[in-house]
Amino acid sequence: MNSESNPIAALLWTFGLMSLFAVGGANSAIPEMHRAAVDVHHWLTDKQFADVFAISQLSPGPNVLIVTLIGYSVAGVAGALAATVAMCGPTALLAYYVSRFLDRSRDARWPAIIQAALVPLSIGLMAASGLIVVQTSDQSWIAVLITIVAAALAFATRINPLWMLLAGGLLGFAGVV
Amino acid sequence: MPRESPPVAAPAPDASAPSPPHQPGLLELFLAFAKMSLAGFGGVLVWARRAIVEQHRWMTAEEFNETFALCHFLPGPNIVNLSVVFGSRFRGIAGGFAAFAGLVGPPMVIATILAALYARYGDVDVLRRTLAGVACAAVGLLFAVVLKMMLPLLKRRDVTGLVILAAVFVAIGLIRWPLQIVLLVAIPFSLAITILTRRMVKA
Repeated sequence: MNSESNPIAALLWTFGLMSLFAVGGANSAIPEMHRAAVDVHHWLTDKQFADVFAISQLSPGPNVLIVTLIGYSVAGVAGALAATVAMCGPTALLAYYVSRFLDRSRDARWPAIIQAALVPLSIGLMAASGLIVVQTSDQSWIAVLITIVAAALAFATRINPLWMLLAGGLLGFAGVV
Repeated sequence: MPRESPPVAAPAPDASAPSPPHQPGLLELFLAFAKMSLAGFGGVLVWARRAIVEQHRWMTAEEFNETFALCHFLPGPNIVNLSVVFGSRFRGIAGGFAAFAGLVGPPMVIATILAALYARYGDVDVLRRTLAGVACAAVGLLFAVVLKMMLPLLKRRDVTGLVILAAVFVAIGLIRWPLQIVLLVAIPFSLAITILTRRMVKA
């Protein structure tokens, strides 16, 4: 794959393939996004990746739109579009055909078994996502404390997560982090 | 950007679009998904459930759970899959596309604008600091989801599940092996164990 010469092709290929392996959704694919964007293609630095993750959590819509931000930093608006379509398209088509197939066969046993088998995998992937972001975002004790408090609050209360993101942003703005 | 996002309240009642209980049209699908997507900070699923089951009554809670379970076991962003499956159930492939475009289109425009702003001002120190703070909190939220999803495994004392979880975490998070290779090993392995344990429970 001669991908470095044509950034759009590289985006389409990278995220199109990733889309079909993103078990458990966008947040599970973050380690692979990091590997592709930072380690393999050098599209972003570590810090930029953490920033892009933060922006994608702050903005509305599905979390998968982190790929829009990565795509933009590679090739502008065309890159944003290419990355988004590549990440959402293949799996959306797959979902369409599988759902039509299941509607006809009505065998509800297999989805349950596959789902049960995939749950531990997707939790492991999401934990790895957390680790990868933490390694760049949490550079001080205060930062680690913010992460722990946000995790505890989101786990134990029903406070809208947006408030915690804004609080984190305010603390950063104040220069505490 | 966050315009209106009531902490717990349901989405604003929709007076503009009259919604017949069944068979939403293409424009209606697009608008409904655009609305739930733009309301959804840190996850659209809650809003999708409210809009589809409670507000528009396009599906019963059971139908919604079934559809979501299907979309959860498929790869890729779950909610994106849900939009396509849901839309195509009512209006065929055009309906799937309308719901998909509604879900992804408007927030993608916002994300692109934010990306452009970041490309321009990302080096400004205040912004860097602020985003660093947001990232700290955001990753905390991610860990909370991980904990919540782990609870059922812990309660069931599902040792094999927890071992698989830990193995994937180490392979991807610590050793940083490529996702495809890890999954090509882990998925068949986990499937085999799941099927085996179900047989043992039955026997």
